[in-house]
Amino acid sequence: MKLLLSLAWRSLRNRPVTSILTVAAVALSITLLLGVEQARRGMRESFTGTIKGTDLVVGARGGTLQLLLGSVFGIGSPTGSVPYAVYERWTKHPAIRWTVPLAIGDSHRGYRVIGTTAGLFEHWRYRSSGTLSFAAGQVIASDSDVVIGSEVAEKLGYRVGSSVTVGHGLNAVAGLGDHESHPFRVVGVLRQTFTPLDRALFVTLDGIEAMHGDESGAVPGTGGAPVMPGAGPPPPMPGASSLPTTPGASVPSAPTPSNVFQDEPRVLSAFLVGTKTRFETLRLQREINQYKAEPLTAVIPGVTLAELWKTLGTIEGGLRLVGALTIVVGLIGMLVALYSSLEARRREMAVLRAVGARPSMIVALLVLESGLLTLLGCALGIGLVMGGFALAQGLIEGRTGVHIAVQAPGPLEWAYIAVVLAAGVLVGLVPAWRAYRSSLADGLSPRL
Amino acid sequence: MTPEARFGAAISIEALHFSYGTGPRVLDIPSLVITRGSRVFLHGPSGCGKTTLLGILAGVLHATSGRVQVLDRDLVTMSGSQRDAFRAEHIGYVFQQFNLIPYLSAYDNIALPCRLDARRRARLGSTSLDDAIRNVAAQLDITALLDQSSTSLSVGQQQRVAAARALLAAPELVICDEPTSSLDTDRRDAFLALLASSVARANATLLFVSHDASLGARFDMQLSLPSLNRAARADAA
Repeated sequence: MKLLLSLAWRSLRNRPVTSILTVAAVALSITLLLGVEQARRGMRESFTGTIKGTDLVVGARGGTLQLLLGSVFGIGSPTGSVPYAVYERWTKHPAIRWTVPLAIGDSHRGYRVIGTTAGLFEHWRYRSSGTLSFAAGQVIASDSDVVIGSEVAEKLGYRVGSSVTVGHGLNAVAGLGDHESHPFRVVGVLRQTFTPLDRALFVTLDGIEAMHGDESGAVPGTGGAPVMPGAGPPPPMPGASSLPTTPGASVPSAPTPSNVFQDEPRVLSAFLVGTKTRFETLRLQREINQYKAEPLTAVIPGVTLAELWKTLGTIEGGLRLVGALTIVVGLIGMLVALYSSLEARRREMAVLRAVGARPSMIVALLVLESGLLTLLGCALGIGLVMGGFALAQGLIEGRTGVHIAVQAPGPLEWAYIAVVLAAGVLVGLVPAWRAYRSSLADGLSPRL
Repeated sequence: MTPEARFGAAISIEALHFSYGTGPRVLDIPSLVITRGSRVFLHGPSGCGKTTLLGILAGVLHATSGRVQVLDRDLVTMSGSQRDAFRAEHIGYVFQQFNLIPYLSAYDNIALPCRLDARRRARLGSTSLDDAIRNVAAQLDITALLDQSSTSLSVGQQQRVAAARALLAAPELVICDEPTSSLDTDRRDAFLALLASSVARANATLLFVSHDASLGARFDMQLSLPSLNRAARADAA
């Protein structure tokens, strides 16, 4: 067996171009097949792991997926706005253990600014019961405090004490229409969570309000810079803007105390709910969805994600089919390579027979060759998938905000690999059978 | 006592008939005896069934009728794998050309029979495989070539490596199928001299087949296959 293995290996090395191309074909098809699987699993784990411990996400009436993606995952914008009074009413519901408000609609250099409470840092869970912790500093308390996610801190070079101005809208260009009159001061930096939280800034609801309030020209005593002369009125902001601004309000010399706006109705984009028992979650969801006074939508994150996976399932199935077909193509390529080499190797087979090799050894040799090629292809493919995801991780996260963890192949992937290996060996039986037949017929004199 | 009785027969054929599948009869040999230790030249033009006969004697082809005894074993009654094992253990074989596995070095080509078959290996006794290879390589003057890849060798060098492989571990029977036809005259003579001395040292029986009758004088015995093989005569007629 050892001899045969060494013969098979050296025979493959003797045909380096064909062997390398065959291994590459198998490797690439394995890469595609496993890559789809890895991306699927990674995406699901990333999404599911982002929001643990939250039983319901509640927002304005709208699409469940849009609500979840917009408020929790930072993809798109939330469904609309929820009056603060409505939020307050629900916080008193007996089934509710905790709530965390979210006011989304501003951004800082492409990163979302989320108005919330200190409760967010207490109640948010990610992955398996991971709680948020601070790399430095503490939670937000005053209306000029901001806590930043790890990526924000890293990319923008902010530390505790850095000053931050916030822009309008979710896609604000840096410097354009910033709420410069109300700068925030970084009081805390979160540790990396590999969730969208890494790319967000957190301020208090008062902070959001103060920022928008200042905009009308106020120079509050919070240490903010004066409004630049000639700064135009901010464009209207969907969702989170609590303040209807008028062109006349932006006159710099017309100071307006910020506390004036405390009487204005505040609005939220959504709020997170933790219920007292799992059992209550469903009942509460139904109750919120049927709430007459305000059209609301409450979603159970896991259920909504499951709906998303179901929708994506068709696409994944298609990709998997493509992966399987490339495997078939790769193996056919190997079959062609091995089969067409046989003609040139009949002499070699006759020599092996002459020195005492049994016909079964000829079969074993060819099967070993195809097995080795497939094995190498699989190994290379696994390496490519791992390496590829390790390299693309940052890119994918930057583009989509989805953190895909590089992980060892799971049972399903190993099953795929086992099937491919078995198929590779079976493919080897075809040329092996032909070599067997011809070596029996040829004897020691292959008729070339 | 005749020499045949004293030494026993290396090859003894009676009423051998052979055809490929349902094709025409290629061999019809009523009788052929080759004594042990003799060096026999078997002459015949191409197409007279030489290679087929050698395939049968080596146990690669299976004669379905008659008696083919090689080293006192009847190949006709042996199974395919028994014949393979028998060949590996007792027979050295040299082809006309392309004798070597292209992806193995000269050394590994020579070592192949002993690595394939434990009993062939056992014939070396207490000598190590490496020593045996170096001994036989020295006899055939290819010591310097051992580490080279077989594709880098000249045809003459390849034939000598093939002879070394056939002679390693002293098989009782060495079969050569036109081993010199791809060599020029000088190299052919040198090769034949080396082969003869190595076979003599190994105490082996040599069956040397060629279409070139001029080589016959160097051997103990000359046979003509067309005169032995009735099928070839029928063909010619």
